[in-house]
Amino acid sequence: MIRVQQEDFDVGAEMAALRAGNTAIGGMAAFVGLVRDMSGGGDVSSMTLEHYPGMTEKQLQAIEDEARRRWPLQNSLIIHRYGTLEPGDQIVLVITASAHREAAFESAAFLMDWLKTKAPFWKREDGTAGGQWVEARESDDSAADRWNAKPKNG
Amino acid sequence: MKILYFAWLREKLGMSEEDVDVPADVTTVEALLQWLAQRGPQFEAVLKDPTIVRVAVNQDYAHPEDPVSADDEIALFPPVTGG
Repeated sequence: MIRVQQEDFDVGAEMAALRAGNTAIGGMAAFVGLVRDMSGGGDVSSMTLEHYPGMTEKQLQAIEDEARRRWPLQNSLIIHRYGTLEPGDQIVLVITASAHREAAFESAAFLMDWLKTKAPFWKREDGTAGGQWVEARESDDSAADRWNAKPKNG
Repeated sequence: MKILYFAWLREKLGMSEEDVDVPADVTTVEALLQWLAQRGPQFEAVLKDPTIVRVAVNQDYAHPEDPVSADDEIALFPPVTGG
Protein backbone atom coordinates (compact mmCIF):
# COMPACT_ATOMS: atom_id res chain seq x y z
CA MET A 1 0.00 0.00 0.00
CA ILE A 2 1.29 3.47 -0.78
CA ARG A 3 0.07 6.90 0.29
CA VAL A 4 1.26 10.38 -0.70
CA GLN A 5 -0.13 12.98 1.67
CA GLN A 6 0.37 16.37 3.26
CA GLU A 7 -0.82 15.35 6.73
CA ASP A 8 1.26 13.65 9.43
CA PHE A 9 1.00 9.93 10.19
CA ASP A 10 0.79 7.85 13.40
CA VAL A 11 3.44 5.10 13.26
CA GLY A 12 1.78 2.95 15.93
CA ALA A 13 -1.64 3.15 14.33
CA GLU A 14 -0.20 2.32 10.89
CA MET A 15 1.71 -0.70 12.27
CA ALA A 16 -1.39 -1.96 14.07
CA ALA A 17 -3.50 -1.60 10.92
CA LEU A 18 -0.92 -3.37 8.77
CA ARG A 19 -0.78 -6.49 10.99
CA ALA A 20 -4.48 -6.59 11.92
CA GLY A 21 -6.01 -10.04 11.46
CA ASN A 22 -2.86 -11.61 9.99
CA THR A 23 -1.18 -14.01 12.42
CA ALA A 24 1.18 -15.32 9.74
CA ILE A 25 3.24 -12.17 10.37
CA GLY A 26 6.20 -12.99 12.62
CA GLY A 27 7.89 -9.59 12.53
CA MET A 28 7.65 -6.07 11.24
CA ALA A 29 10.31 -3.50 10.41
CA ALA A 30 9.58 0.22 10.34
CA PHE A 31 11.69 3.17 9.21
CA VAL A 32 10.69 6.77 9.87
CA GLY A 33 12.51 9.59 8.08
CA LEU A 34 12.62 12.97 9.88
CA VAL A 35 13.49 16.57 9.01
CA ARG A 36 16.90 17.48 10.47
CA ASP A 37 17.70 21.00 11.64
CA MET A 38 21.20 21.16 10.18
CA SER A 39 22.43 20.92 6.61
CA GLY A 40 25.43 22.03 4.60
CA GLY A 41 24.28 25.62 4.41
CA GLY A 42 23.45 26.35 8.09
CA ASP A 43 20.42 26.06 10.31
CA VAL A 44 17.23 24.87 8.66
CA SER A 45 13.98 26.43 9.87
CA SER A 46 11.72 24.66 7.40
CA MET A 47 11.78 22.24 4.50
CA THR A 48 9.38 22.14 1.59
CA LEU A 49 8.89 18.91 -0.31
CA GLU A 50 7.73 19.31 -3.89
CA HIS A 51 6.57 16.26 -5.83
CA TYR A 52 5.17 15.21 -9.19
CA PRO A 53 1.56 14.14 -8.57
CA GLY A 54 0.76 11.03 -10.57
CA MET A 55 4.36 10.00 -11.22
CA THR A 56 5.03 9.84 -7.49
CA GLU A 57 2.26 7.32 -6.94
CA LYS A 58 3.26 5.36 -10.03
CA GLN A 59 6.92 5.11 -8.98
CA LEU A 60 6.18 4.30 -5.32
CA GLN A 61 3.82 1.54 -6.44
CA ALA A 62 6.51 0.13 -8.75
CA ILE A 63 9.07 0.20 -5.91
CA GLU A 64 6.68 -1.59 -3.55
CA ASP A 65 5.80 -4.16 -6.24
CA GLU A 66 9.52 -4.85 -6.72
CA ALA A 67 10.05 -5.40 -2.97
CA ARG A 68 7.15 -7.83 -2.85
CA ARG A 69 8.57 -9.68 -5.84
CA ARG A 70 11.96 -10.02 -4.13
CA TRP A 71 10.87 -10.85 -0.56
CA PRO A 72 8.02 -12.94 0.90
CA LEU A 73 6.13 -10.09 2.56
CA GLN A 74 2.77 -10.45 4.24
CA ASN A 75 2.14 -6.73 4.00
CA SER A 76 3.92 -3.44 3.35
CA LEU A 77 3.28 0.29 3.51
CA ILE A 78 4.97 3.40 2.17
CA ILE A 79 3.75 6.84 3.26
CA HIS A 80 5.56 9.91 1.91
CA ARG A 81 4.58 13.45 2.86
CA TYR A 82 4.85 16.63 0.80
CA GLY A 83 4.45 20.32 1.61
CA THR A 84 6.21 22.45 4.22
CA LEU A 85 7.68 20.64 7.24
CA GLU A 86 9.74 21.70 10.26
CA PRO A 87 12.75 20.10 11.97
CA GLY A 88 11.60 17.01 13.86
CA ASP A 89 8.62 16.42 11.59
CA GLN A 90 8.09 13.00 10.05
CA ILE A 91 8.68 12.85 6.27
CA VAL A 92 8.48 9.21 5.27
CA LEU A 93 7.32 5.90 6.73
CA VAL A 94 8.17 2.43 5.46
CA ILE A 95 6.76 -0.66 7.17
CA THR A 96 7.31 -4.25 6.08
CA ALA A 97 5.72 -7.33 7.62
CA SER A 98 6.90 -10.88 7.05
CA ALA A 99 7.02 -14.31 8.69
CA HIS A 100 10.71 -13.79 9.52
CA ARG A 101 12.89 -10.82 10.37
CA GLU A 102 15.40 -11.02 7.51
CA ALA A 103 12.80 -10.32 4.84
CA ALA A 104 11.31 -7.48 6.90
CA PHE A 105 14.67 -5.79 7.64
CA GLU A 106 16.09 -6.21 4.14
CA SER A 107 12.98 -5.16 2.24
CA ALA A 108 12.56 -2.04 4.43
CA ALA A 109 16.15 -1.01 3.65
CA PHE A 110 15.58 -1.74 -0.03
CA LEU A 111 12.38 0.33 -0.13
CA MET A 112 14.12 3.34 1.43
CA ASP A 113 17.19 3.06 -0.84
CA TRP A 114 15.13 2.80 -4.00
CA LEU A 115 12.64 5.43 -2.91
CA LYS A 116 15.44 7.96 -2.39
CA THR A 117 16.66 7.59 -5.96
CA LYS A 118 13.40 6.92 -7.85
CA ALA A 119 10.48 8.72 -6.19
CA PRO A 120 10.05 12.20 -7.75
CA PHE A 121 10.37 14.41 -4.65
CA TRP A 122 12.57 17.48 -4.27
CA LYS A 123 13.55 19.07 -0.96
CA ARG A 124 13.99 22.79 -0.56
CA GLU A 125 15.52 23.98 2.71
CA ASP A 126 14.86 27.43 4.11
CA GLY A 127 16.85 28.84 7.00
CA THR A 128 19.42 31.38 8.16
CA ALA A 129 21.45 30.94 4.97
CA GLY A 130 18.39 31.56 2.77
CA GLY A 131 16.66 28.97 0.62
CA GLN A 132 18.28 26.24 -1.39
CA TRP A 133 17.35 23.04 -3.19
CA VAL A 134 18.92 19.96 -1.65
CA GLU A 135 21.30 18.28 -4.10
CA ALA A 136 21.12 14.57 -4.78
CA ARG A 137 23.89 12.60 -3.10
CA GLU A 138 26.08 10.04 -4.81
CA SER A 139 25.96 7.89 -1.66
CA ASP A 140 22.22 7.52 -2.22
CA ASP A 141 22.88 6.20 -5.73
CA SER A 142 25.44 3.69 -4.47
CA ALA A 143 23.08 2.61 -1.66
CA ALA A 144 20.40 1.92 -4.26
CA ASP A 145 22.84 0.19 -6.61
CA ARG A 146 23.83 -2.44 -4.04
CA TRP A 147 20.41 -4.04 -4.54
CA ASN A 148 21.22 -4.53 -8.22
CA ALA A 149 24.56 -6.14 -7.46
CA LYS A 150 23.23 -8.63 -4.94
CA PRO A 151 19.58 -9.45 -5.51
CA LYS A 152 18.17 -11.29 -2.51
CA ASN A 153 15.38 -13.83 -2.67
CA GLY A 154 14.01 -14.02 0.82
CA MET B 1 2.97 18.27 -26.14
CA LYS B 2 2.60 18.98 -22.44
CA ILE B 3 5.82 19.76 -20.58
CA LEU B 4 6.05 20.00 -16.78
CA TYR B 5 8.92 21.61 -14.83
CA PHE B 6 9.80 20.92 -11.20
CA ALA B 7 12.04 22.31 -8.42
CA TRP B 8 14.74 24.76 -9.57
CA LEU B 9 13.86 24.26 -13.24
CA ARG B 10 10.33 25.48 -12.46
CA GLU B 11 11.70 28.47 -10.53
CA LYS B 12 14.28 29.48 -13.13
CA LEU B 13 11.85 29.15 -16.03
CA GLY B 14 9.06 30.89 -14.11
CA MET B 15 6.42 28.29 -14.99
CA SER B 16 5.34 24.84 -13.88
CA GLU B 17 3.92 23.64 -17.18
CA GLU B 18 3.28 24.58 -20.79
CA ASP B 19 1.77 23.19 -23.97
CA VAL B 20 4.14 23.35 -26.91
CA ASP B 21 4.01 22.50 -30.59
CA VAL B 22 7.31 20.88 -31.40
CA PRO B 23 8.75 20.55 -34.92
CA ALA B 24 8.07 17.24 -36.68
CA ASP B 25 11.74 16.25 -36.58
CA VAL B 26 11.78 16.31 -32.76
CA THR B 27 11.11 12.63 -32.12
CA THR B 28 13.42 11.74 -29.21
CA VAL B 29 14.11 13.02 -25.69
CA GLU B 30 17.56 14.20 -26.79
CA ALA B 31 16.15 16.14 -29.75
CA LEU B 32 13.49 17.67 -27.53
CA LEU B 33 16.09 18.94 -25.04
CA GLN B 34 18.15 20.41 -27.90
CA TRP B 35 15.08 22.13 -29.32
CA LEU B 36 14.05 23.49 -25.91
CA ALA B 37 17.55 24.83 -25.24
CA GLN B 38 17.40 27.13 -28.27
CA ARG B 39 14.07 28.72 -27.24
CA GLY B 40 15.75 31.45 -25.21
CA PRO B 41 18.47 32.29 -22.70
CA GLN B 42 16.53 30.91 -19.71
CA PHE B 43 16.04 27.54 -21.41
CA GLU B 44 19.66 27.52 -22.56
CA ALA B 45 20.77 28.20 -18.97
CA VAL B 46 18.75 25.47 -17.27
CA LEU B 47 19.65 22.89 -19.93
CA LYS B 48 23.33 23.69 -20.34
CA ASP B 49 24.37 20.80 -18.06
CA PRO B 50 22.27 17.78 -19.11
CA THR B 51 23.77 15.65 -16.31
CA ILE B 52 21.70 17.50 -13.69
CA VAL B 53 18.39 17.30 -15.58
CA ARG B 54 16.20 14.18 -15.52
CA VAL B 55 13.40 13.57 -18.02
CA ALA B 56 10.20 11.56 -17.59
CA VAL B 57 7.91 10.57 -20.45
CA ASN B 58 4.37 9.73 -19.35
CA GLN B 59 5.56 9.51 -15.73
CA ASP B 60 8.39 7.04 -16.34
CA TYR B 61 12.11 7.88 -16.39
CA ALA B 62 13.36 8.29 -19.95
CA HIS B 63 16.70 7.95 -21.75
CA PRO B 64 17.99 10.37 -24.43
CA GLU B 65 17.13 7.96 -27.26
CA ASP B 66 13.55 7.29 -26.07
CA PRO B 67 10.77 8.47 -28.43
CA VAL B 68 8.49 11.44 -27.74
CA SER B 69 5.29 12.44 -29.52
CA ALA B 70 2.68 15.18 -29.41
CA ASP B 71 0.37 13.24 -27.05
CA ASP B 72 3.05 12.64 -24.40
CA GLU B 73 3.34 14.23 -20.97
CA ILE B 74 6.99 15.20 -20.58
CA ALA B 75 8.57 16.33 -17.31
CA LEU B 76 11.97 17.95 -16.68
CA PHE B 77 13.41 17.97 -13.17
CA PRO B 78 16.64 17.69 -11.15
CA PRO B 79 17.83 14.40 -9.62
CA VAL B 80 15.31 13.46 -6.93
CA THR B 81 15.92 14.06 -3.22
CA GLY B 82 13.00 12.45 -1.39
CA GLY B 83 13.00 10.04 1.52
